[in-house]
Amino acid sequence: MAKPGLDGHDRGAKIIARALRDGGFEVIYTGLHQTPEMIVEAAVQEDVDAVGLSILSGAHMTLFPEVIRLLKEKGAGDVAVFGGGIIPDEDSAKLKTLGVSEVFTPGASTEDIVKWVREKVQPRQ
Amino acid sequence: MAVTTKQEWLERTYQRSKERPVRFSTLSDLEVEPLYTPEDVTGDYGTALGYPGEFPYTRGVYESMYRGRLWTMRQFAGFGLAEDTNARFHFLLGQGQDGLSTAFDMPTLMGYDADHERAMGEVGREGVNVTSIHDMARLFDRIPIGKVSTSMTINCSASALLAMYLVQAERTGVPWEQVSGTIQNDMLKEFIAQKEWICPPAPSLRIVTDMVEFCAKKAPRFHPVSISGYHIREAGSTAVQELAFTIADGLCYVQDAVDRGLDVDDFAPRLSFFWDLHSDFLEEVAKLRAGRRMWARLMRDRFGAKNPKSLMLRTHAQTAGVSLTAQQPINNVVRVAVQALAGVFGGVQSMHTNSMDETLALPTEQAVMVALRTQQIIAEETGLTNTIDALGGSYAVEALTDRMERDALEYIRKIDEMGGMLKAIDTGYPQREIAEAAFLYQRQLEQGIKTVVGVNKYQVPEEITIEVLKIDPVIEERQIQRVRKMKRERNSVAVREALRLVAEACRSGENLMEPICEAVRRDVTVGEISDVYRAEFGVYKDPGWI
Repeated sequence: MAKPGLDGHDRGAKIIARALRDGGFEVIYTGLHQTPEMIVEAAVQEDVDAVGLSILSGAHMTLFPEVIRLLKEKGAGDVAVFGGGIIPDEDSAKLKTLGVSEVFTPGASTEDIVKWVREKVQPRQ
Repeated sequence: MAVTTKQEWLERTYQRSKERPVRFSTLSDLEVEPLYTPEDVTGDYGTALGYPGEFPYTRGVYESMYRGRLWTMRQFAGFGLAEDTNARFHFLLGQGQDGLSTAFDMPTLMGYDADHERAMGEVGREGVNVTSIHDMARLFDRIPIGKVSTSMTINCSASALLAMYLVQAERTGVPWEQVSGTIQNDMLKEFIAQKEWICPPAPSLRIVTDMVEFCAKKAPRFHPVSISGYHIREAGSTAVQELAFTIADGLCYVQDAVDRGLDVDDFAPRLSFFWDLHSDFLEEVAKLRAGRRMWARLMRDRFGAKNPKSLMLRTHAQTAGVSLTAQQPINNVVRVAVQALAGVFGGVQSMHTNSMDETLALPTEQAVMVALRTQQIIAEETGLTNTIDALGGSYAVEALTDRMERDALEYIRKIDEMGGMLKAIDTGYPQREIAEAAFLYQRQLEQGIKTVVGVNKYQVPEEITIEVLKIDPVIEERQIQRVRKMKRERNSVAVREALRLVAEACRSGENLMEPICEAVRRDVTVGEISDVYRAEFGVYKDPGWI
């Protein structure tokens, strides 16, 4: 679970990280103010199966694609990227065409998110 | 035989009906009783309540409250470039708003220039970009700084923005003694909740106190800190935690200034507060009243403050952003109206009402107009301004006020035992309390113990079709070019010298504001001043407590 960019709203990210942990997943929470480079480095180092990005600052169209690009560059293009925050529907549609697996917007329950991760994220080979 | 006590009523009369199968608790999960009676209210009128404008100010800080002056309608606004926000400012002033409140973008808030790589994708999105004094000048184009009071919501880079505001005032012929307004500048709550920081807590506190000291001497009408509970609450705290942590933050600021040798009555009158206005109506009204009483008593007893103005908790308030839903957004108008009512019953001095579309984007002109009209309708049509503290004496409200004060004082006692808020922050105490409360609420929501209409009850399968504000990405490039051009054209020798003096003041302990004011006169930017802080004080890294 990562907070890319300058956005400091971490209430949701922390709740989801904890819910995923309670759901039996190993979760690394990167903390705030991470650059895409820092996130990808952590993802590669920790050999994660998925990266969740939380962005409430409106910078999602820059930050999501950048994380995806860097993951591919580091040979981790099969890491699932999902996320949420303040992301208008038309932007989440666009993000999905760019490789984001799922976007969870306000009102999504932690139960839904944990279920999605369990069902849709494949452990990397 | 008629019941004569509450206990009798509970056991004999109330028991006749079955309760609905819900949990009767406040939003913060405080259990609420079916009824409150005189038995639940302790203390005599004079000591516990008093009169408006008289210690302990429970019923209101001013003697005439809204009969003398309505609360300031101060809608938070900011997006894009300075000229875009200037246009929104003019629109809002034209619609009857009587004070300005500025929302800055993330780069400005975090101390990065628009042309910094960390600012990529973020310029103008969450607020207005102000990188230099020239942006400040554009922001206030045709707005008389001496006549309109402005609030600036900015914290770790507040020193730079305050300097820009004051220098702009100076350039438009307004003496600093006349400048009124507020700068949020509440760093303690940043580490606890809002998470906008540059350097660690201790030097951040030093910068705040520099600004308190500077304003006390040079800009005495200006509020150098807005001690905030809003962000603490939005991060997930309970109402009692909001009350306790905010007041504890305030006590820490007062202590720091007093430790520096300032007389409490020289600066405390210009400390202001900022509360959240959440959905649980009675809890919010009680919180606001408890806050006033607590502050008055603590300032008198702990610091020996004598000036009545030092004892008066004056506050801005904003309806709870976190309560708004993306589903069926028009419902948010109702939420905001109820929350604003709590603010009025709670006696706030200034209010911002959220727009219905703010879970989706920054507000459109139409949405913010409805939000402003909400305040105006309450002020003009409901009769609430006819009498002061209309809920005073309500058994439920007084019982809740007492309860919240008691519970909040318990938190403050704990924080005192830890050595004060700065130490508490270092150990992660408030941060963890908040995360815990946030998680509990989320769980209650998902279990259906707490309801949000449209989200976990009364949902509709729908497409959100209201028009939302879009920020044109081209403005980022425009601002980057503007900033680069300015940096090329200014006197770089003068800039280097100015930055050297700021760095020196960081080291010597001399008040930072004079060198920073001189720096902004020479076109030094927010990012450059913040970089001095990074170099001199270090960069704080998020401990990431979940």
